[in-house]
Amino acid sequence: MKITQGLIMAVKSVLSNKLRTILSMLGILIGVATVIALVAMGKASSNEVASQVSTLGSPDSLSVTITGRGTVTSLSVDEALKLGELNNVSGVAPITSTNGYAKYGRTQVSVTVEGITPEYEEVKDFSVQDGRYIAAPDINNKTKVALIGTQTAQDLFEDERVDPEDAVGRKITINGYIFTIVGLLESKGDSLTGSNDEKILIPISTAQKVFQVSGVTTINMKVTDTKQMSSVVSSVEAQLYEKFRGNENAYRVLNQEEAMKTLNSVNETMNRQLIYVAAISLVVGGIGIMNIMLVSVTERTREIGIRKSLGAKKRDILFQFLVEAVVISGLGGMLGIVIGNIASYIIGEVMKTPTEVPMNTMLLSFGFSAFVGVVFGYLPANKAASLRPVDALRHD
Amino acid sequence: MNGQSALIEMNDIVKYYKMAGEKMTVLHNISLKVNHGDFLAIVGPSGSGKSTLMNIIGCLDVPNEGSYKLDGMEIRGQSDNRLTEMRNKKIGFIFQGYHLLPRLTALENCELPLIYRGLSAKERRARAMEALERVGLGERVGHRQNELSGGQQQRVAIARALATNPPLLLADEPTGALDSKTGMEVLGMMEELNRAGQTIVLITHDMEVAQRARRTVIIRDGVLTEQKGRDSHEDYAGPHNGGQERLIEQA
Repeated sequence: MKITQGLIMAVKSVLSNKLRTILSMLGILIGVATVIALVAMGKASSNEVASQVSTLGSPDSLSVTITGRGTVTSLSVDEALKLGELNNVSGVAPITSTNGYAKYGRTQVSVTVEGITPEYEEVKDFSVQDGRYIAAPDINNKTKVALIGTQTAQDLFEDERVDPEDAVGRKITINGYIFTIVGLLESKGDSLTGSNDEKILIPISTAQKVFQVSGVTTINMKVTDTKQMSSVVSSVEAQLYEKFRGNENAYRVLNQEEAMKTLNSVNETMNRQLIYVAAISLVVGGIGIMNIMLVSVTERTREIGIRKSLGAKKRDILFQFLVEAVVISGLGGMLGIVIGNIASYIIGEVMKTPTEVPMNTMLLSFGFSAFVGVVFGYLPANKAASLRPVDALRHD
Repeated sequence: MNGQSALIEMNDIVKYYKMAGEKMTVLHNISLKVNHGDFLAIVGPSGSGKSTLMNIIGCLDVPNEGSYKLDGMEIRGQSDNRLTEMRNKKIGFIFQGYHLLPRLTALENCELPLIYRGLSAKERRARAMEALERVGLGERVGHRQNELSGGQQQRVAIARALATNPPLLLADEPTGALDSKTGMEVLGMMEELNRAGQTIVLITHDMEVAQRARRTVIIRDGVLTEQKGRDSHEDYAGPHNGGQERLIEQA
């Protein structure tokens, strides 16, 4: 018997009893759909993590947060700038961050005020869309100039009937001091550390004077090569360890890669466990197919006898029933992939994150369901093939 | 095909079953010779062993002792696959219960043995059509079992048996499930086939049915007895004296 003929015969037989076919493929279908939906969900949350982490900075940046615990509580700007002398560091941007009140006309908003150096622009990759940046003379002269975030500009100017786009050149008060807005920042959206657009940037020296703070709260750094990241991290940590007299709680060094790794590993562990559970349901689905196929063999004993008497060899019968099992499980797998994709689309809409189902997941789950068909189809198929024609013909 | 040697040549066939450790002999030293072109009826009451004999002739079962040559080939000791091939190539089965596959059309049923022979779809279709036309069912090829009368079903079964052009047509109670008129029609058709040169072995319990054959052997309690040879049949001049000579009573 030719293989194509065997396939046609099996597909015909599978289609001729639709209800039984659907019932027996249900287990595989649900299993595959669940696996795909879970993978999509996992991808969605790791995409979300990645996009959030990427707002922390580019992969070649790292940040040091001074928590201010222990006996030595602060790091001066000069000390922070010294970190820039380490090998492979291309830029350092120390920041003092405080909360303040900005006022324009009669509108007052609470806002994060960051004291920065001109390096901020390059290290944080955060530029202005209008006006100029804070420059070295501003630091030296402690001038009262400010860069304003788009959201803050909107909050501040909208009620005063001023177009936020026209922010540059206007004078606002921050904690009572008059500042001139010299630049409107570009819009960057939210990050893990809060909104990037709801802030005001002023020269770091001015910030220290106005808010009466001496140390820096955060240092952003950029390395020359991402491959050197870990060596830079360890030398930064060594310097800080010395400065803070061995109190490791006083500071925290964070780079994007590490943050992503930590968040993703949690994510992945959870996902993998869910997928294992779903994979078990595929095996259960396979057992379902085996049950139905065994019943089918008993039901069709006479058919098997007739086929054998007409010249069907053992391997023809084995092939026929095996192909039937694989067709059922493969069909279940395909429908499962379709339903899984629909589910992943719905999940994406509900979670408001783009979900994606990787091609290899689909191929793998389809392959696995076909494999389940072969494994669990073998026993019934072998039972059918081993029937003696005399006994099979006598069966009613 | 070998015109000289017999189509079926059985020598001292013994078949027994072991039931609960007890040996139950169903066929006692059966010897039988059927030549090409013969129309032989094997008659016997139920329990006589005629079904077992038919299974052995049909290569569905193998004897425990003795020798059985079908078209010159020894059946005893052959593998399952070889037996299956023999069934496919040498024998056309006509069963009492028709044994059509209910989900398949008449044409598809007739194609079945040709599928297992590995013929192309085109050739299968042509040969199955030809066979159905031979039994007068050229109009009903697309019908399924439940759309055909009993006589028509049996004719489909005959067409299926003929589709492979087998040297031997083996019919097990072909009229058993039919009313007497349709039964006679079916028998008439078999006679016609035989006149065209088809070798037929018919198994029945009905003496009246057996009358239609050229030659009858009776089986009782696993022992075969020659009953008659209808040599008087006008349009038949084939040699089957050998069958009578070879007849062996149990010692």
